[in-house]
Amino acid sequence: MQFPEELRYTQTHEWAKREGNRIRVGITEYAQHEISDVVFIELPKSNAQGVKGKGIAVVESVKAAFDIYAPVSGAVVKVNSALESNPALVNEDPYGRGWFFEIEMKDTAEWDTLLQAEAYKNQCTTTH
Amino acid sequence: MTATLKRLPLHEIHVQARAHIGAFGDWEVPLYFTSILEEHEAVRTRAGLFDISHMGEFFISGKSARGFLDFLLPRKIDRLKDGKALYEPLLNEQGGIVDDLIVYQLKPEKYLLIVNAANIEKDFGWIHSHVPSGVELENVSEEKFLFALQGPRTLSIAEAIFHCDFRSLGYYHFLNLKTQWGELFVSRTGYTGEDGFEIMGEMSAAEGVWKTVIQAGQSSHLIPIGFGARDTLRLEAGMLLYGQDMDDTTSAVEAGLEWALDLEKPNFIGRERNSQEKQKGATRRLVGFEMLGRGIPRHGFPVEKGGRSLGVVTSGSFAPSLKKNIGLAYVPSADSKIGNEVEIAIRSEKVKAQIVKLPFYKRSHAIS
Repeated sequence: MQFPEELRYTQTHEWAKREGNRIRVGITEYAQHEISDVVFIELPKSNAQGVKGKGIAVVESVKAAFDIYAPVSGAVVKVNSALESNPALVNEDPYGRGWFFEIEMKDTAEWDTLLQAEAYKNQCTTTH
Repeated sequence: MTATLKRLPLHEIHVQARAHIGAFGDWEVPLYFTSILEEHEAVRTRAGLFDISHMGEFFISGKSARGFLDFLLPRKIDRLKDGKALYEPLLNEQGGIVDDLIVYQLKPEKYLLIVNAANIEKDFGWIHSHVPSGVELENVSEEKFLFALQGPRTLSIAEAIFHCDFRSLGYYHFLNLKTQWGELFVSRTGYTGEDGFEIMGEMSAAEGVWKTVIQAGQSSHLIPIGFGARDTLRLEAGMLLYGQDMDDTTSAVEAGLEWALDLEKPNFIGRERNSQEKQKGATRRLVGFEMLGRGIPRHGFPVEKGGRSLGVVTSGSFAPSLKKNIGLAYVPSADSKIGNEVEIAIRSEKVKAQIVKLPFYKRSHAIS
């Protein structure tokens, strides 16, 4: 199970990758494994405003729907529309081609509230 | 919610096979072993083995058993003979569905009923309250295992294990076999829309039979199947799930089970309402629909049309064999026509769907 060092994480199993004030968001390898086969993705609407900790997208397995929460607040500036026709990318490449959307951070201080790889890894290994 | 869940007799074997365990009613069952999509595909194209030992089994026997069943159940008892089985709804006095079950005739004076796990106590109580003298009702649910062997390659697997001719065993027929695992009932039935068999025997033989089938199926790429794929397979095949797609308040006609009623039979429990609905039409109907817009319908989502509420989704899922999102819902009869467009309220959106013919999926080669 991969927990890339350069990423930050949430307790709700999103990962975030920072480039300047912009962060790219996806779900972790651990999360996709727990969800199992991803068969549907509802991406944020264009111009959606993410609010830290609030649902902004949906990922669905055969059995159930799961909310994806915005790791930080800010405007959604880009979505990965490839997921709409090929949601299995989330299972195949969760940290790469399976990314969900990008947010322009409103308050860059929120970045430091996210978990480091080690802390997130501990959360996964103790809850499982 | 701290009540302990019941476990299948082979729970430990499933855990060793890396089953992902989850809740199904009062039971802890394997939801999937590898993945729901893989398991679904295996049953549609090869073979799969399900442990459905949570299901209930009753024996009904005695000199008056036949006459009693003819009154208790809606189909004509003449349809049954030794080695023949029937799918039937068990109806209440108001014509609602107490359960759906399969009745097997072992001999003219002995019958087996296989009922849903969640309804074992309710069914037993209901049947018991009607049992006349000269009829014995016995609940053997805890003494029996039940497996389903399903998929296009299962005929050769079954023949390799039991060394008998299943080719001439018709759909909804069964054999009573004397084997090294004791007496086994093997029926040509299932809940997947594929060819296949269901195998019932004594609990003490469960492990031996399970391991033998897994072994015998290896060359056919048989795999164990969890309850996740069981649900997608049955939904594609247009088969109903009790407690979701029908309950004590839905009539058999509303649920689309008219074909499982012999309304010309003058006297059986639940006949009146169903007979009236057959003649005059029911106010609502269970329909199948497929999504035209994006989104997966789920149990409980509202069904609407132009701001008018029509009903709710009873079952809904991504359909792996069809690559579509499908569901079942009760809608007013006037809105139940094939081709009618409706909307499913999925979270904050109204997404277009179209009523389609059931079943959603039909295998290309029927069983003789």
